Amino acid sequence: MNPIRRRRLILILLGLSAVGIASALVLLALRQNIQHFVSPSDVDAGLAEAGRRIRIGGIVEEGSLRRASDSLDVHFVVTDRFKTLPVHFRGILPDLFREGQSVVATGVLRDRQLFEAEEVLAKHDENYIPAEVADAIARGKAKQAEAQQ
Amino acid sequence: MHPLWLWFHKTGSPPMFYRLAGKLMPWFWALAVIIGVIGLYLGLVRAPADYLQGESARIMYIHVPSAWMSMFIFAFMAFCGALALIWHVKISEVLMISAAPIGMGFTVVTLITGSLWGRPTWGTYWEWDARMTSELVLLFLYFGVQGLYSAFDDRRKGARAAAILALIGLVNLPIIHYSVEWWNTLHQGSSIKLLSGKSTIHPSMLWPLLLMAIATKFWFVASLLHRARGDVLEMESGKDWVQQMLPGAAESADGKAP
Repeated sequence: MNPIRRRRLILILLGLSAVGIASALVLLALRQNIQHFVSPSDVDAGLAEAGRRIRIGGIVEEGSLRRASDSLDVHFVVTDRFKTLPVHFRGILPDLFREGQSVVATGVLRDRQLFEAEEVLAKHDENYIPAEVADAIARGKAKQAEAQQ
Repeated sequence: MHPLWLWFHKTGSPPMFYRLAGKLMPWFWALAVIIGVIGLYLGLVRAPADYLQGESARIMYIHVPSAWMSMFIFAFMAFCGALALIWHVKISEVLMISAAPIGMGFTVVTLITGSLWGRPTWGTYWEWDARMTSELVLLFLYFGVQGLYSAFDDRRKGARAAAILALIGLVNLPIIHYSVEWWNTLHQGSSIKLLSGKSTIHPSMLWPLLLMAIATKFWFVASLLHRARGDVLEMESGKDWVQQMLPGAAESADGKAP
């Protein structure tokens, strides 16, 4: 390679590393701000301020969903399997909302034991399973449970 | 000269490229259409519905290959940009600029299909999470590359300026890819893990997706050759080989009526 081209190549590589390092530093500095939501553990650790609008995310704890019979009020518990946070929401939940699935909720943290949600979104996970296969797995699990009893 | 370099220089010369691209193009179009039709049929008709999302999961057969292409084409542009900056290869400037609108198209398709999928799945068309925001930034980078190129009167200067932006924009690609791992995002993590081999997608749904990924690659190459040929003609309109092929090309390129 002739010296001029070599110099251009080195210049490009240096430029790329400089841009790369600069962006890495910016992203590292803004780490908390880029997080789309905080987890119940973060709330428990005091990372989220009470009274401010934030987003929380986690799994809807199995068996925690309670719907009011005369209004759209729902109560459920969001967990990251370490800590839990009770959530209250008034409105229509997305179709994919169910116990054991992840959600992201926007709202106000009243205190460490109550999150007042204004919007609840369902978060989909990376598992793609055909409906028939999922049914078969569920049937198999039910059979196994029966056999154990 | 090394035979490989000789071949490279010969193929890279505009008249050779024009002829070769014209010969290869129909094959790439044909493969793209055939594989694409099979992939779409398998994905939209034959593949099973998802246990949770139902039929709306089929959007992924368009969304995921488009998203891959939006990033792949940007990397290709940056690679051509580096060749253009270091070796001043004319053809790589042409290829870089011809790739920009194709990549832009795939980025738009990614954002729109993602938004249409997000509404029934998440309950929203758009959220400013790291994955979606960085993909939107990619779209603006495509606009930037295209705009910067057009802003120069001298096309070769414009191509070099655009190449620098393409190289800088390269930083965004790992951010898009790893955004779902580095930060909490609404967007889910990758289902397909080629390196670890532990994909969390059922094989019956994976195959149509991979076919679509191959089809979009062929589509890109065909479309790229198509655009680049036109660009080469315009760039070389004053040269003898174009004059012999298309008499009067120089006048029309200067904006005068032939």
